[in-house]
Amino acid sequence: MIPEIGHFALWLALGVAIVLAAMPMWGAARGRADWMALARPAAALQFALVAFAFACLVAAFVGNDFSVMYVASNSNTSLPTQYRVAAVWGGHEGSMLLWLLMLTGWAFAVARFSRHLPAKVLARILSVMGLLAVGFLLFLLLTSNPFDRLANPPLDGRDLNPLLQDPGMVFHPPMLYMGYVGLSVAFSFAVAALIGGNLDATWARWTRPWTTVAWIFLTIGIAMGSGWAYYELGWGGWWFWDPVENASFMPWLVATALIHSLAVTEKRGSFKSWTVLLAILAFSLSLLGTFLVRSGVLSSVHAFATDPRRGLFILGFLVFVIGASLALYAWRAPTVGLGARFEWVSRETFLLANNVLLMAACGAVLLGTLYPLLLDALGMGKLSVGPPYFDTVFVPLLTPLVFLMGIGPLARWKQAELPQLMKRLRWAFGAALVAALVVNWMRGHLGFVSTLGLMMAFWIVAALATDLADRLQPNGIVNTSVLHRARQIPRSMVGMMVAHLGIAVFIFGVTMVKSGEIERDVKMDVGDTTEVLGYTFTFRGVQSLLGPNYRAAQGTIDVTRGGTKVVTLHPEKRVFPVAGATMTEAAIDTGFTRDLYVSLGEPLAGNAWIVRVYVKPFISWIWGGCLMMAFGGFLAATDRRYRSKVRATQGATEAKAAA
Amino acid sequence: MKPRHKRLAIAGGIVCAFGIAVALVLNAFQSNLVFFYSPTQVAEHEAPPNRSFRLGGLVEKGTVKRDGVNVSFIVTDTSKSVPVRYEGILPDLFKEGKGVVAQGQLRDGVFVAREVLAKHDENYMPPEAAEALKRAQQGKLATPMKMESGK
Repeated sequence: MIPEIGHFALWLALGVAIVLAAMPMWGAARGRADWMALARPAAALQFALVAFAFACLVAAFVGNDFSVMYVASNSNTSLPTQYRVAAVWGGHEGSMLLWLLMLTGWAFAVARFSRHLPAKVLARILSVMGLLAVGFLLFLLLTSNPFDRLANPPLDGRDLNPLLQDPGMVFHPPMLYMGYVGLSVAFSFAVAALIGGNLDATWARWTRPWTTVAWIFLTIGIAMGSGWAYYELGWGGWWFWDPVENASFMPWLVATALIHSLAVTEKRGSFKSWTVLLAILAFSLSLLGTFLVRSGVLSSVHAFATDPRRGLFILGFLVFVIGASLALYAWRAPTVGLGARFEWVSRETFLLANNVLLMAACGAVLLGTLYPLLLDALGMGKLSVGPPYFDTVFVPLLTPLVFLMGIGPLARWKQAELPQLMKRLRWAFGAALVAALVVNWMRGHLGFVSTLGLMMAFWIVAALATDLADRLQPNGIVNTSVLHRARQIPRSMVGMMVAHLGIAVFIFGVTMVKSGEIERDVKMDVGDTTEVLGYTFTFRGVQSLLGPNYRAAQGTIDVTRGGTKVVTLHPEKRVFPVAGATMTEAAIDTGFTRDLYVSLGEPLAGNAWIVRVYVKPFISWIWGGCLMMAFGGFLAATDRRYRSKVRATQGATEAKAAA
Repeated sequence: MKPRHKRLAIAGGIVCAFGIAVALVLNAFQSNLVFFYSPTQVAEHEAPPNRSFRLGGLVEKGTVKRDGVNVSFIVTDTSKSVPVRYEGILPDLFKEGKGVVAQGQLRDGVFVAREVLAKHDENYMPPEAAEALKRAQQGKLATPMKMESGK
């Protein structure tokens, strides 16, 4: 009974979404306040209905209702309860329902937290989000209903893909979807503003916190996916330039560009049409990512669906959304105006360069991801684009980007002096170069790329320190303490600094791992030892183990350094009989300056095994840097001026103070 | 400079920067395309001698031999076969009689794989492997590409 109620709730939600998509939009055009007033309650009701349907699906999973086809294909009675809940989004139908839940949730959040917006603007925004919900509800109900029943229910389910039975998997998809779908808010704001013709600094200020929050989720989601790949796939890599990873990375690049261009639009009123275009592109790439991942055109653990109708539906929806919004853009953007002028050397120019570089990077990823698919679709043969392509492209594109990241925050809006900037930053540049050379010399690694990498990381830190020191200088008018002056720095500025510092930490981690990691596959008999970077690994043999829904061979490996014991690691090889799959469970000792990574390869004759023994210096800094970026975004999004009622004058004065 | 000239110059600068970026990207792209060949094509000497490519097909039953970390096996498309050498740990889904895709270079008639890919599930054939079998069954040689693959 419960699945039928859930199914019915989805149909009701479709009705509500259609009302939401039509009435407030029409009301805004006709100036009917009563129709516009429908927007907020409709958004709330839509969310409630979808959340209810989602809860029904969770109940079916927890209650092991194998008469529901989706549950039978993705769960099993021996699956632990927390994974039964996570299994809700372990397959195609459920993850689309999760997508929808996020979309309606974001619409509800906009309805809830944007009361101060003018009624017309809010009505249009929620209508656009309603239209998106209509599209996805139709997709779900017509092609991928999670509540479909089986005529002959099996006694037990087929179990969740073992790769997905992991705590990281419980949180990775919801986080990523929050980010993907969160970009729909920026998209809706942009489309609503294009329709209403009110693209201005106020619009940018309304959009900014929403975009930043979506970006935070996207950042954390991508970082979690990368972390999951690192410890779950069993070969110790953290990024593969897999099409699915690229699908999430492209919206991230555009969203990052959008955050920066929104800053210009808000503070200076420039780049308006460019910002709107970025908002449209960011969400379009999210949709493209969904299409790539869900249509089955890619072959990887993420592609659950092989039903061509689904791919066609998403493709059609994608064409409709992108086509309609770009047409609207082409029609309305010329009326937007160009905004304030700025000089050659100014913060605007630096941010423009940032945008160009980020878009070039995104274009490069898009090319590498779509080209093989396109050729294949046209029947022109099969080929793939290797990771070296992305590595080759990203280093020269990101080097100037990082260089500008140091200069940009110190440059003034409108007009800055190049000689003065050079004078202020020459110490930072020198210090970064010297520090990079010294560190690499001490490690005995004087390669060009690794020195460049370290220098970029140190350059960001040094430029930030210069900026901070300048801000803490007494201004000569009122004599205040350093602490007081530190408190005067706006929170969004602190957020920017933390996020940029996160990039530095990330680059440092990547450089150290790329240049210093040792990966060794060795044959080990019981009692054999191998030494990697000063750590001695001793193989103590393998024993059998029984898990809730798997059998495992568990190895024991003692790690010592200089005779003292560091840790004992227990990597596992698991066999899941129901899913019929083998899984490598790596054992990792995570440290601040290094990870020790051990996983079991294959058994050989006797008691010997092939064992992967990796030492990865500073790898946790990669994810630490991502978390810092996200935290910086959090600080920026919760800046006081977004919470106060919108007053254009106050915003303008703060803009001057921050400049 | 007049504002109009300045805008023109900025636009020009962006176009230049973008042009350089595009040239860079396309160059890297060209040299990192990995083409796919089936065992039949390798037997017909169509595969480039000094360039990395992908080989797909089935792992022939009874041909997997392990010697410590070195492993050798034969990849077949049921009509022709290619011996493969690999050093390291094979993925969990590597099995005799199942589909496989390897990336590496030909050396003296042996395919030396740097990477063996099997990121697919139990019942799923990697597209490249499926393609190789299809081509062999059709019995005709589909040339992989009319593009410059010998670079």
